[in-house]
Amino acid sequence: MKKMTGAQILWESLVREGVTTVFGYPGGAILPAYDAILEYPQIHHVLVRHEQGAAHMADGYARASGKVGVAVATSGPGATNLVTGIATAMMDSIPTVFITGQVGSKLLGSDAFQESDITGVTVPVTKHNVLVTDVRDLARAIKEAFYIARSGRPGPVHVDICKDVQQAKTDFEWPDNVFLPGRKAPAPVNAAKLKAIADMIAEAERPLILAGHGVIESGASAALMALAEKTGTPVALTLLGLGGFPRSHPLCLGMMGMHGEAFANKAIQEADLLLAFGMRFDDRVTGNLKTYAPKSRKVHVDIDGSEVGKNVAVDVAIINDLRVVLEALVPLVADRKHEAWDEEIAKGRSDTHSRDIQHEPHDDTRLLAPHVINDIWRATSGGAVIVSDVGQHQMFEAQYYPHEKPRTLLTSGGLGTMGFALPAAIGAKMACPDKEVWVIAGDGGFQMTQAELSTLQQEKLDIKIAVINNGFLGMVRQWQEFFYDKRYAATPILSPDFTMIAAAHGIDAHRVTKREEVIPTVQKVRESGRPALIDFRVVAEEAVYPMVPAGADLHEMIRRPKRSNPSEVPA
Amino acid sequence: MRHTLVARVQDQPGVLHRVVSLFRRRAFNVDSLTVGGSEEPGISRMTIVVETDRVPAYLVEANMRKLVPVIEVRDVTNLDTVSRDLALIRVQCTSAELSEINNLISIFRGRIVDVAAGSVIVEVTGDVRKVDGLVEQLRPRGILEMVRTGKVAMVRGSEAPEESEEELAAGWRH
Ligand SMILES: Cc1ncc(C[n+]2csc(CCOP(=O)(O)OP(=O)(O)O)c2C)c(N)n1
Repeated sequence: MKKMTGAQILWESLVREGVTTVFGYPGGAILPAYDAILEYPQIHHVLVRHEQGAAHMADGYARASGKVGVAVATSGPGATNLVTGIATAMMDSIPTVFITGQVGSKLLGSDAFQESDITGVTVPVTKHNVLVTDVRDLARAIKEAFYIARSGRPGPVHVDICKDVQQAKTDFEWPDNVFLPGRKAPAPVNAAKLKAIADMIAEAERPLILAGHGVIESGASAALMALAEKTGTPVALTLLGLGGFPRSHPLCLGMMGMHGEAFANKAIQEADLLLAFGMRFDDRVTGNLKTYAPKSRKVHVDIDGSEVGKNVAVDVAIINDLRVVLEALVPLVADRKHEAWDEEIAKGRSDTHSRDIQHEPHDDTRLLAPHVINDIWRATSGGAVIVSDVGQHQMFEAQYYPHEKPRTLLTSGGLGTMGFALPAAIGAKMACPDKEVWVIAGDGGFQMTQAELSTLQQEKLDIKIAVINNGFLGMVRQWQEFFYDKRYAATPILSPDFTMIAAAHGIDAHRVTKREEVIPTVQKVRESGRPALIDFRVVAEEAVYPMVPAGADLHEMIRRPKRSNPSEVPA
Repeated sequence: MRHTLVARVQDQPGVLHRVVSLFRRRAFNVDSLTVGGSEEPGISRMTIVVETDRVPAYLVEANMRKLVPVIEVRDVTNLDTVSRDLALIRVQCTSAELSEINNLISIFRGRIVDVAAGSVIVEVTGDVRKVDGLVEQLRPRGILEMVRTGKVAMVRGSEAPEESEEELAAGWRH
């Protein structure tokens, strides 16, 4: 058997896990690994500008492709810089592996140079982590890390490797299996429960499906469609569920929750059966739990038993893979229609439609963020992978860029991490080079990680960037407007000239101030085959409607003021 | 209410940290936690007593099961179990009081394991209520120092079938 260093074993193991791209940043404690990577041309290393960027890139890579994303950093500050990205991946269940160098095993616990107890730090923000102090454990640790990251409810796994482990030699032996006695394969789906759910569906007059990220993670879109169509059940989506069911489908109600469609939220409150699939009743989708969906029986299907009954009591639970459950459920349900329910929903839909900002009069003195995003949708024929940041533009994106397919919206939902979009888009483009990838970011969040523009150029990636520039930390400003008497503390933000920032990186740049320029500019950058940034100067004080204030009842939404004459709608 | 959970875990570095971190992060209220060996080398056994007024016990269980080194978790609260707590109690005691103390603690099957000038160390083993009872009896005499192991538990007879997570999850009402 061949003797190898720990550094070689690391890359050998990644190759065996099918890794072709890693995102990282070198430093002393990971230097042996970096030295050895030169022997592994099949692994492409993307040098980032900040380790947070590496973490989001690995995350974006995984979200776009479903494959495990990998980031690498050195000990101490390199590792702590990853933490925001790890926590982001944890909250959204993204399969990722984070590899960090650690000081030599003899120095552990001595406050050595660039030592941090990073496995101590990452315990609560990883699915699992491990400190490797013996080179003989390394291959197994990597194999287990990938298995854990992608199995069950996916998530980040962190492997911290002492420097002397990277240097030490041993026989390389790639384990055939993982031995994790606590990880049990899910049991076969419980037939009695399936039958119970099928009966509840048959009895329901006002059923509603709540579909979350689990639909995408388990690849359950087709099964969900089959179930919804056969049983005539409308589908509302969480933010991370968008794309799991086509927005253009007549049964699709769009997004639910704090900035969800008013009629979708209303349907939740009025439903007599809620079928919650791969979602976790986050406070941003339920509002006040005491008044949430009071009229419904509830079914919850999720891979993670600790999510079931956590926030909302349910009548029937199935803890299993969603796709397997739905595929087993479809043959058991009968064809149904619910005319009265459909009619009620249609009424709500048309009321929502009449308030839509898309119908704001076309006015060339001001540019509205929702118009920009809706026009990007038009110009890209809805076919792009959109990576949104966090804030108002993120909610406008969710509302005005209808997604038809899974993995076409990548966004930080659970943690709501500003600065996510640009690096995550870089990861997404590396994973899916043939897809059109757009960043949609606010002027605040974009500045958090804009250094990754250099990474984008170093990798020669064709990514398009839309900065929705309103001169404010817009979402926080909106809360100040609604709930803090318009006291704009620390929300007006000065930005550099983004077109010059882009130009300094050799990236094409455009500024757009009028609606009529939006589509032509988007078309121009799409045709260029080069990366481009568009600085959209939108009105400063726009609000995202509707809005359920934090903790309020789901049906108590702040609505966009109704236009007097909805017929004067521009095309 | 208090629930007693018994867990079998892989004896790996950091496993206790993971459990404690989980309990802290999710604000689960721990009454006592013991860790020690089991019948199998490499596998430790934990007995955890949790306060479950705010979160149901099955959620504590379900969260523990997600920890990779946790092999098995079981809520034994409603099963027929043998459970024991051990206490060492240093209590004030003059030589004149020695036999009186001896009589008292023998009711609880305790025994004196050390005698010093002015104090003795009493050892007692039993279920938590019995140990509590002795502690209450000794308190007026002046307890100078005390250590308790916390509860350990084992199910009597052959194991009862486990209730599935799905049943537990669906049965709970907020
Ligand atoms: C790292 C981080 N810090 C702070 C916040 C709180 N926060 C949420 S939205 C927001 C404003 C975002 O402003 P901007 O990026 O300009 O986008 P806009 O809301 O204007 O579209 C802030 C500060 C956050 N989500 N993430």
